[in-house]
Amino acid sequence: MRYAMVIDTLKCVGCSDCVVACQTENDVPIGYCRDWITETVNGAYPNIELELKSERCNHCENAPCVRCCPTGASHQLDNGIVLVTGDECIGCGACIESCPYDARFQHPDGYVDKCTFCHHRLEKGQLPACVSVCPTKCMYFGDLDNPNSEVSELLKNRKYKTLAPEAGTKPQVYYLI
Amino acid sequence: MQEELFTSGRNLPHIDPSLEIWHWPISLYLFLGGLAAGLLFFAGLITVLGKEKDYPAAVKYASIISPIALTLGLLALFYDLTHKFYFWRLYTTIRIESPMSWGAWVLLIITPISFLWVFSYYSEIFPKWQLKYENLNKFEKFLKGNRKNMAYALIPLSIILGVYTGILLSAFNARPLWNNAILGPLFLVSGLSTGAATIILLAKTQKEKHLFGKIDLALIVLELGLIVHMLMGMYAGSEVQLEAMQLLVGGEFTMMFFGFVIILGLIAPAILEFLELRGFKIPVAVPAILVLIGGMVLRFVMVEAGQITRYLY
Ligand code: SF4
Ligand code: SF4
Repeated sequence: MRYAMVIDTLKCVGCSDCVVACQTENDVPIGYCRDWITETVNGAYPNIELELKSERCNHCENAPCVRCCPTGASHQLDNGIVLVTGDECIGCGACIESCPYDARFQHPDGYVDKCTFCHHRLEKGQLPACVSVCPTKCMYFGDLDNPNSEVSELLKNRKYKTLAPEAGTKPQVYYLI
Repeated sequence: MQEELFTSGRNLPHIDPSLEIWHWPISLYLFLGGLAAGLLFFAGLITVLGKEKDYPAAVKYASIISPIALTLGLLALFYDLTHKFYFWRLYTTIRIESPMSWGAWVLLIITPISFLWVFSYYSEIFPKWQLKYENLNKFEKFLKGNRKNMAYALIPLSIILGVYTGILLSAFNARPLWNNAILGPLFLVSGLSTGAATIILLAKTQKEKHLFGKIDLALIVLELGLIVHMLMGMYAGSEVQLEAMQLLVGGEFTMMFFGFVIILGLIAPAILEFLELRGFKIPVAVPAILVLIGGMVLRFVMVEAGQITRYLY
C-alpha cells in the first residue's frame, strides 16, 4: 500500500474549496491551513502561462521531517502517510525547518500540525476531504502499489511533475501538467 | 527569456512569516553550548596531560562558567519549545537519525558532569566557605579522586557537543545555507576558540595567558579557513546554495557577517593576539572579548539567515 495524490493542474481553477473543506473537516484553527493554492505565472509576455496548484504535505517517501524528529512524534505509517502524534511532540520546530515545502506549522496549542491525507476518513473508506469536494474533480487519491488504480493509470498516461524533486524527498503528491 | 512570478502564495500570516520559528534563544543556546564545549574540552585536556598546577584558570576558574552556560542554554532551549511540558518525551527514545535527539542525550550526560567537575574543586575555589556536612566533604574527596576519569569522559563528550551545535543546523537540506558539512567543524572550532578566549580572560599568570593566546590564534586561523571553505563550497554549489551565499556575501547579512564575525570577531583579535605574543603591550582582554562577541554573532547570523533560505519551486 502506498498512498499518493495526483492533482491535475490543467483542471484546477484555484477556487480554494479544498482549503476550506480541510479547515472544516480537520478543525484547523483560524488563520492556519494544511493545504493552500499557489498561482504561478510562467513565461514572458505575451507568451505567458498560468499554473494553479493545490499544495499540501507531500507525504514524502524519504521524509526529512521524520528523520529529524527527536521524539518520534513525526512518524511514517506503512502506507506512506506521515503523521504527527500531538502529545509526543515537544514543539522543537526541527521538522518545520526540515520540510522543503513549508508544509508544517505550529498549532496554537503548541504541537506541530499538518496534512494527514485525512487518515481518519481513509480508515472509514472515505476519500480525503479536499479530494471529495473538488468541484472540477481535479484531484485523485489512491494506491500507487496497485498498478491498476486510478492514480497509477494517470501517472502512466499523463505527463507529471513533483515539487522540488532536487530536495531528494521523493514527494508523493504528483501534479499532472 | 523566462520569468516566473508568484502572484499569490498562501497569504497566511500565521504560517508564512512565522516560518522563522527558531528565534534568539536557539542562537544563544548554540553559542553557550559551544562555549561550554570549549571550556570543558580544555579542562579535560589539561587534566589528562597532568598540567593542572600550571593552568589553574583552565581547569578551575573557567570551569565555573560551563555549568552556568549549559544551564542558561538549556533554559533558552526550553523557552523556545512550544509544547514545553512534553519535553520529557526527548528522553523516552533515542533516535539515531535526529541530531537533536543525540544532542539532548549528550546534554543530559555532560551537564551533570560539568557540575560535578566544579564541585570537585569546591574547596580550592572557595577556600573560605567550608562545607558543613561531612558527607559533602566526602563526596568532594571522591570526585577529586575521580577527576582524571571525568576528564577522559569530558574530552569526547565536549567534542560531540561542539560538533552537534553545527550539525543540528547542517542536517536540514531544506535550508540550503545550513546544509553544508563544514558547519559542524566550524561551530566546534568556534566553540573551542570562545572557550580559549574565556580562559584568557580569567587567567592570572602570563604563562597561561600566552598558552591560550597561542591556542586561540591557531583556532582563529583554522576558523577563517573553514569559513572560506564554506563560502567556496556554496559558490560552487547549486542555485539554492548560490542564493544562500548571497545573503552573506553582498546581501542582507553581509555587514553582520563580514563586519562582526570575520573582521571584528576573527581578524582583529588574531592580529591583536599575534602582536601581544610578539611582546607588544596589549590588554589580552580586548581580543578575548572580541572573539566572544564574534562567536555569538556567528550563531545569530547563521540561525537567522538560514531560515530565510529555502527551495523555490
Ligand atoms: S512535505 Fe514536508 S512535512 Fe510532508 S512529508 Fe515531506 S518533508 Fe515531511
Ligand atoms: S516539533 Fe514535534 S514533531 Fe516536529 S521535530 Fe519537534 S518533536 Fe518532532
